[in-house]
Amino acid sequence: MQSNAALEYDYTIAKLYTYTAILFGFVGMLIGTLIAAQLAFPDLNYLLGEYGTFSRLRPLHTNVVIYGFTVSGIFATFYYLAQRVLKVSMAESKFVMFIAKLQFFLYLVAATALVVTELMGYTQSKEYAQMEWPLDLLIVVIWVLWGIAMFALIGIRREKALYISMWYFIACFLGVAMLYLFNNMAVPTYFASGGVGSIMHSVSMYSGTNDALVQWWWGHNAVAFVFTVPIVGMIYYFLPKESGQSVYSYKLSLLSFWGLMFVYLWAGSHHLLWSTVPDWMQTMGSIFSVVLILPSWGSAINMLLTMKGEWNQLTDNPLIKFMVLASTFYMLSTLEGPIQAVKSVNAIAHFTDWIPGHVHDGVLGWVAFMIMAALFHMAPRMFKREIFSKNLIEAQFWIQTTAVVLYFTSMWIAGITQGMMWRAVDEYGNLMYSFIDTVTVLHPYYAIRALSGVLFLTGFVMFAYNMIKTMTSAKELTEEPQFRSPMA
Amino acid sequence: MGIRELQGYATFFMTIIFVVLMYGYILYLYRSEKKGEKDYEKLGNIALDDEITSTPINTTDPISDEKKGAK
Repeated sequence: MQSNAALEYDYTIAKLYTYTAILFGFVGMLIGTLIAAQLAFPDLNYLLGEYGTFSRLRPLHTNVVIYGFTVSGIFATFYYLAQRVLKVSMAESKFVMFIAKLQFFLYLVAATALVVTELMGYTQSKEYAQMEWPLDLLIVVIWVLWGIAMFALIGIRREKALYISMWYFIACFLGVAMLYLFNNMAVPTYFASGGVGSIMHSVSMYSGTNDALVQWWWGHNAVAFVFTVPIVGMIYYFLPKESGQSVYSYKLSLLSFWGLMFVYLWAGSHHLLWSTVPDWMQTMGSIFSVVLILPSWGSAINMLLTMKGEWNQLTDNPLIKFMVLASTFYMLSTLEGPIQAVKSVNAIAHFTDWIPGHVHDGVLGWVAFMIMAALFHMAPRMFKREIFSKNLIEAQFWIQTTAVVLYFTSMWIAGITQGMMWRAVDEYGNLMYSFIDTVTVLHPYYAIRALSGVLFLTGFVMFAYNMIKTMTSAKELTEEPQFRSPMA
Repeated sequence: MGIRELQGYATFFMTIIFVVLMYGYILYLYRSEKKGEKDYEKLGNIALDDEITSTPINTTDPISDEKKGAK
């Protein structure tokens, strides 16, 4: 026991990923705001030649916010909370520390290569899987290293029961590993053709409808195993810890976990409704999407009930505000998704702006809110200083909440208007509107979306400033806070 | 019967099996707690009491726990 007396959790790796989460969050949201503005004001496409066009920047936006910001947030919170719930320090194993450092170094290399290659126009042209084959191989190495570090930590744990958050992180690791490998199976054409064309180019091993099915098996489950599963893992740790309230029902958390694991994997075909995939498969995608409400709401309601009797914390702790709203947005978007997956609704919603509207109430209101709250909670423990400014967090909360509401309401209206106009026919069955008619009508909503981007980005800059000041100049703490994070 | 029809039936029956398994799991969770073999709710404290020096909530292997309960 004496050797344990000086033992502390080692946050070296969690800190490194915190820095990258802040950096990539800013870059990704800046690009997002720019492309939102480009849709409203097309002249903005010509600022940077070929590198500034919507088509070049749009995949860069999604990739940087997913693989830069969100994945950094996932790794940062994992390397922070895994130690704590397993009651083992990374300083206890040189092996784990080496693997984690190597993983971070390769992650930085991959993230830089991602930005450079996508700006140069190298792409597999698959949604959320644009990275070309050399990068895919690097991602596999990074992911395997994460798995080694994860299971090595689990192997030397003192707490024998795995806390529910760990189950979610394990699922994130396994789910992404399986789906990423399948979807990125490709033939590098340079080698297959004996040296013709670009070394970076590849073609998918699947074709036609099969390619689309595998793509959306991955595409939808990138939402499941990157945007949902690890974020649920985060809230199961950070909300109870910040509020000092044990999770409302541990049994419900287990049941929701297994429900989510089974159901999510079957819902991807709802991206291909009214297409050439078999009819039963489309119906299955719709039905499983609706069933998904149960495990999703199981976790979200469990989180809200965790605050039972402690709702006063909502008014005086802004981090609780962020997490409760994140949970609420999770409920909203996991209800909205199934509605869009119903075949008749999908006939109007598909390809319209309602879809990015749905994605963004999830990623801004749920994913980004949860990651920022988690990093705020971790900061006083990692840097041994109180959070620089409570007022700044409060202001950030309201600015970003307004941004999310503006984003999804404008896209609801834009999407449904667009869907109705595309389908409208006159008494003779001719289409009533041309495409440009819809663009003209949608312009004000696109402008509102660009404004919401500016607001959300402003909030993110406030978050980054608050975090940097917390790391460098906030008041030092003499001891680690038990529950509520101290803030000035 | 073509492969597509077969896939459709397979999915249907897998769904039924899954529903049975999930309800079975709920029963298992509540029964094992009622019999005193398990205490799931105490595991929620792992997040709250997470100092490196604090006593682990569950020091024994859950699998061997289960075997002990079955005896």
